[in-house]
Amino acid sequence: MKIIIIGCGKVGIALAAQLVSEDHDVTLIDESAQKIQNVPDDIDAIKYVGNGASVAVLREAGVDTADLLIAVTGLDEVNLLCCLIAKKAGNCHTIARVRNPVYYEEIEFIRKQLGLSMIINPELAAANEISRILRFPSAIKIDVFAKGRVELVKFKVLPEYKLDGLSIMDVMGRCRSDVLISGVERGGETAIPDGQFVLQNHDIVSVMATPKNSMDFFRKIGVQQTGRVNNAMIVGGGKIAVYLAKQLIPMGIRVKIIERDRNRCEELGELLPSALIIHGDGSDQNLLQEEGLREAESFVTLTNMDEENIFLALFARENSHAKLVTKVNKIAFDEIIRKMDLGSLIHPKFITADSIVQHVRAMQNSIGSNVETLYHILDGKAEALEFLIREESEVTNIPLMELSLKDNLLLASINRGGQIRIPRGHDQIQKGDTVIVVTTHAGLSDIRDILKR
Amino acid sequence: MNYSIIFYIIGWILKVEAALMLLPCGVAVIYGERDGIGLAATAAVCLILGILMTWKKSENQIFYAAEGLVTVALSWLVLSVAGAVPFVISGYITNPVDALFEAVSGFTTTGASILTDVEALPYCLLFWRSFTHWIGGMGVLVFLLIVLPMTGGSHMNLMKAESPGPIVSRLVPKVQSTAKILYGIYIVLTIVELVFLLAGRMPLFDALATSFGTAGTGGFGIKNDSMAGYSPYIQNVVTVFMILFGINFNAYFLILMGKVGQALKMEEVRAYLLVIAAAIALISWNSLELFSSLGESVHHAAFQVGSIITTTGFATTNFDLWPQLSRSVLVVLMFIGACAGSTGGGIKVSRLIILAKTVRKELIQMVHPHAVKKVKMDGKLIEHEVVRATNVYMVAYVLIFVFSCLLVSLDGQSLVTNFTAVAATFNNIGPGLEMVGPSGNFQIFSNFAKLVLIFDMLAGRLEIFPILVLFSRETWRRF
Repeated sequence: MKIIIIGCGKVGIALAAQLVSEDHDVTLIDESAQKIQNVPDDIDAIKYVGNGASVAVLREAGVDTADLLIAVTGLDEVNLLCCLIAKKAGNCHTIARVRNPVYYEEIEFIRKQLGLSMIINPELAAANEISRILRFPSAIKIDVFAKGRVELVKFKVLPEYKLDGLSIMDVMGRCRSDVLISGVERGGETAIPDGQFVLQNHDIVSVMATPKNSMDFFRKIGVQQTGRVNNAMIVGGGKIAVYLAKQLIPMGIRVKIIERDRNRCEELGELLPSALIIHGDGSDQNLLQEEGLREAESFVTLTNMDEENIFLALFARENSHAKLVTKVNKIAFDEIIRKMDLGSLIHPKFITADSIVQHVRAMQNSIGSNVETLYHILDGKAEALEFLIREESEVTNIPLMELSLKDNLLLASINRGGQIRIPRGHDQIQKGDTVIVVTTHAGLSDIRDILKR
Repeated sequence: MNYSIIFYIIGWILKVEAALMLLPCGVAVIYGERDGIGLAATAAVCLILGILMTWKKSENQIFYAAEGLVTVALSWLVLSVAGAVPFVISGYITNPVDALFEAVSGFTTTGASILTDVEALPYCLLFWRSFTHWIGGMGVLVFLLIVLPMTGGSHMNLMKAESPGPIVSRLVPKVQSTAKILYGIYIVLTIVELVFLLAGRMPLFDALATSFGTAGTGGFGIKNDSMAGYSPYIQNVVTVFMILFGINFNAYFLILMGKVGQALKMEEVRAYLLVIAAAIALISWNSLELFSSLGESVHHAAFQVGSIITTTGFATTNFDLWPQLSRSVLVVLMFIGACAGSTGGGIKVSRLIILAKTVRKELIQMVHPHAVKKVKMDGKLIEHEVVRATNVYMVAYVLIFVFSCLLVSLDGQSLVTNFTAVAATFNNIGPGLEMVGPSGNFQIFSNFAKLVLIFDMLAGRLEIFPILVLFSRETWRRF
């Protein structure tokens, strides 16, 4: 597909990298020459300096033949204008990033009237992800597939679970839960395990199952807290904090937000009357203690500074038993950050890029690909793809054990008429199924790609 | 909420109270009274409990505003309950609510009594009653700050919660030294008064009890007719010292530092003395016909004005029989109260100054809506937070006052009795008018009304918020 991306910020670049790797023709546009220069050279795309809302610039970038335009500049209004003009000039699909909560109240109206295919709100998406984690704090990350019928829950193997030294087969024998261990991360290495894989303490394991079965599994291996947290201390009162608090408060979770800027505090107080807004510096240890860090069940750091978020999370780890959720924007020191054990890491940039890539893949369905949804899992090192089986092919109606699947690839679940089954060797893929595949190979676009070539 | 440190400090409070009870025990030994056994037993129990509670020093030294407020409120409750026990054990007050009322009245320096015949009490219990005034006057936690070396910057929270007035300032950089200086001034002034009283040939025991009552601006008398039976000289000494103890102790500190001019320029002290002078003038003129000479009229007016505005509550005459204007002036004085940072109660002169200036500022801003106007006192800007806290204090004050009046009215006494009973307890004065006037007492109320008045006395002494915080749900939430 021909895709134009306007805005070369963090999201724009992440998106371009992903789409280029999936063999799309990408054109990048940004007003700032500096930003265009900063685009890494390994992104194989055309780069234009210019105003993305100008018809001349868009024409030059080839809007008339483009299939999709994605506007991810820093300004909502510019994004919407870009999409509107591109729609009129080239009749392509359009995706805009809109983050202002005021527009978000009337988002459906805007989307319909401007003929947008999709509107993405990174802050809301991040808040959704955090609130999912806080509902089940023993997990590091929870992704949902098949409209919530299947979830991929990532957790850390702690010594008290007594899983150390057991192979996947032993674990399944012990628990007898209908779940699938679909990924293991250990010291920066990611593996899609088979039955002989031996778990160790501190491995990070991803489990695919229905919500009910995954709860059952966690209870059986001895996870203490399977309920939601009762309170949340949030440092940094940005947009994510507002969206998050709006989701947590109706669930009966007490929310405290610590914000440095006095005026912002006043605004927060107006937006969130049921939350306790504390005016103060989140890096003030006394303030955190005074506001009951010891009793906090979750501690979410959402300031604009990655470094501050990391330090606060480290401090909270020492001084409380809270579930940590740490926002990280840049992932320059990915390996080191992961080793620091900061609980759940939230990358708003990835969340945004993921949602858009999902949409792009869905669009491709009409052109040939069958991917319904795509998730980056295992910190971007693997993908979980949801395929709709539209027709008979060389993979259907054959027991799975007879198929020669690629290495590092797993069929994680089959959704047959709303029934979720975790596939075993004698199961078959049938026409009309939705199949979730977990793999480290990037760029699968058809269910037949799961076979060894 | 750090429960362990609160528990630890309460343990210390019990130890301090046990030590303080040894003094009246000594009195019992001197006078050979068997009733001292009750005091000694209570002291022993307090000591044992205190030692057990402070056996292990809390590891968690975290101590913030919430802990400070809760500790102060709880300390005063514990202090009062333990202080009430000797009255019950000795059998002089059989109803536990009455005993608690008497003890709370003592510690909060109110001086309202439920005893119809004070002179029937043995010396040791009379001494204990008056001594509680002296302890409660400056505050028991301020005392604890001197004896208990606490780590961290947490002491100020205790001091703020216990010291009266809208602004609690440090005299010197260290809180512990500030507490020492305050108690130093307090002790010296008490001794000076004692010497003056003894010079007027007052018996030592009477002089001690009267000094304690004056210093803490309490007002428990050891005679049924309060101060009426003493010589005019003694009454005048008491008048002067009552007014002196109602002055902001910061003024004495400034004088000690040699800054007499600055002390005399304190707006609060000036306003306080001005109100006293005006009230004396008004009452002496209004009640002239009751007395044989102008001198006698001024003498009684001065004593009563000093007694009421400083919220002491001694009486030389039954002022309930005075003309209406004089009675009204006294009721107004009840609300004004003494200076902030003194041992007196009431709303406090400095708060009223801030409120008056705020009203004036608002008036100016109504005429000139765009004017930028700041409230100043003693040449210094009063921070918005202080103004706001003062306004909120007034609102809480009025709400509690009205609600207490309503609850006390359930007993069916007259409006004046109920109103002044609440005013006299909430402002820590002692006597009110009519049934609770200088010749009456609080025995007329039911147990329920007494409990309401006990709450009012504690809320008045601790300036409302610590007590409200203690009963607030937000305080006890885990997060």
